[in-house]
Amino acid sequence: MAASKRTAYWYRKRGMLLLLHVGLIISAFLISAPVLFALIKSTQTTAQIFSYPPTFAIGPAAPENYAIAWKDYHLGRLMLNTFIIAGAVTVGKTLMSLLAALALVYFEFPFKNLLFVFVLITLMMPIPVRIVPLFDLVRSFGWGNTHWALVIPFLASATGVFLFRQHFMSIPASLVDAARVDGIGPMRFLWQILVPMSMNTIGAMAVIQFVYIWNQYLWPLIIIASNEKQMIQIGLKMLTGAGPEGMLNWGVAMAGTIITMLPPLIVFMLLQEQFMRGFALAEEK
Amino acid sequence: MRSKFPSKWLPYLLLLPTLALCAIFLYYPVIQTFRLSTYRAILMGLHRKYVGFENYVRLFTSADYLHSFTITFIFAVGVVVLGLAISLAIALLANHKIRGARIYRLLLIWPYALSPAVAGSIWLFLLNPTAGVVNYFMKALFGISPDWLTDGRLALLAVTIAAMWKNLGYNIVFFLAGLQNLPGEILEAARVDGAGPWTTFWRVTFPLLSPTTFFLLIMNLIYAFFGGFGLIMVMTEGGPNKATNILIFNLYQDAFRFHKWGLAAAQSVILFIMVVALTLIQFRTTGRRVHYGGQ
Repeated sequence: MAASKRTAYWYRKRGMLLLLHVGLIISAFLISAPVLFALIKSTQTTAQIFSYPPTFAIGPAAPENYAIAWKDYHLGRLMLNTFIIAGAVTVGKTLMSLLAALALVYFEFPFKNLLFVFVLITLMMPIPVRIVPLFDLVRSFGWGNTHWALVIPFLASATGVFLFRQHFMSIPASLVDAARVDGIGPMRFLWQILVPMSMNTIGAMAVIQFVYIWNQYLWPLIIIASNEKQMIQIGLKMLTGAGPEGMLNWGVAMAGTIITMLPPLIVFMLLQEQFMRGFALAEEK
Repeated sequence: MRSKFPSKWLPYLLLLPTLALCAIFLYYPVIQTFRLSTYRAILMGLHRKYVGFENYVRLFTSADYLHSFTITFIFAVGVVVLGLAISLAIALLANHKIRGARIYRLLLIWPYALSPAVAGSIWLFLLNPTAGVVNYFMKALFGISPDWLTDGRLALLAVTIAAMWKNLGYNIVFFLAGLQNLPGEILEAARVDGAGPWTTFWRVTFPLLSPTTFFLLIMNLIYAFFGGFGLIMVMTEGGPNKATNILIFNLYQDAFRFHKWGLAAAQSVILFIMVVALTLIQFRTTGRRVHYGGQ
């Protein structure tokens, strides 16, 4: 009696488990399907792309499609630009946020909270709410159509200061006492003790910033005039705009789209554990 | 009281780069935006004339701008309601401790790294009447082939779905974090009391999760107001016939295609007021949580 009851429970649980797996597989498939479709079509010839009914097999045109996107549409050049800019902003933001958070957590000084709030309020100031004067200002510095315009205005980070401050406050205070007894100054304390203890937060910060800068659209569109200095997202528009005969080569367009999405995706995949843990730490309990 | 390093000037020096850049590139342009919004300024600001609130009056009496407001509202509600419902359902599935849970989680959240422009480019292709796959299935299943990007209403639906899809990863990350932080004892107690999964969800899980849901509601609204630009640019350029001309796209056009700086600045101020209102509501209701937009 008891045994059969247990078996029934076991079967019901197994059934539920199976259902759960099926549900998750379907969800993952539906979320990924648009990109999978783009990936498959990026390997097909134009004839295959326009065939009816559509084929979902890998085609032979991948080398050609990717080569055209890379060379003829200069995605290689745009990618290099975007790498330099996203790398510079990510490193610069992380360093500046670390320094600011060090000041806010490990020093006592007048107007400390006020200055923190001053930084935090900038969260409410995305580019579009200041775009016209920012455009004027950056051009008055002579930075119009230069990479300075894409880096310097982005180096201050309320998100970064907030994340690192939050993380530093969760580190035991006794550490500072020990450091001071050993005669370690604040800068050595930061590099040798705090930074190694903050790798999750630094990883999360790197993902957030790199993805954000890589995926920017509006600001580079207006401030960069010459194609060889442009960022890669704006290059997408050339690929999906109609070609000379009003017909567009979708295989090349999708190859370009895949190239464009790859770097932030790789950064995200490599750092996703830190990203998730960095998130969990930032939650206020 | 935690112990500190004793220095009077070093903390200011450490904060200086951040404070200076905030002042120059964030506060100053925002203040200038307010000032500029009271001028009629065209041609790179060479001709400017103080006009008080005229720009605002022009906006709120313009049928085009009010239309843009309505469009943005529909777009935002679609992105929020569809996006939150779907990602919560998926997060509930992914929150079980089963074999492969980490792999599933990764497969569900990876679109976080995609850009709105990439999402736009892919959906432009999916919805293409001849090469795309959506209409193939539409025809096979329902015998219809909708003109996704040439019919105004369908175009709005299309950009809403594309924008919503792109943000699923972000939402699932936060819902999963929220679900993992729920007090296990309460859920266990509900189960012991014989509450079924449906009752447990609506009576226990959903109310306990409301801070996360509310936080995501605000973040998705801000995303819909600002994040949609690249997507609209690639998919529709605000068309057909302004059917997807959301506020941010209208602002871009007035500023950088028609060079109506004053009018554009007034639109920036309106967007700023909306962000401030949303952020204050979020701060007051769910406590201090920063948004991970990369600012």
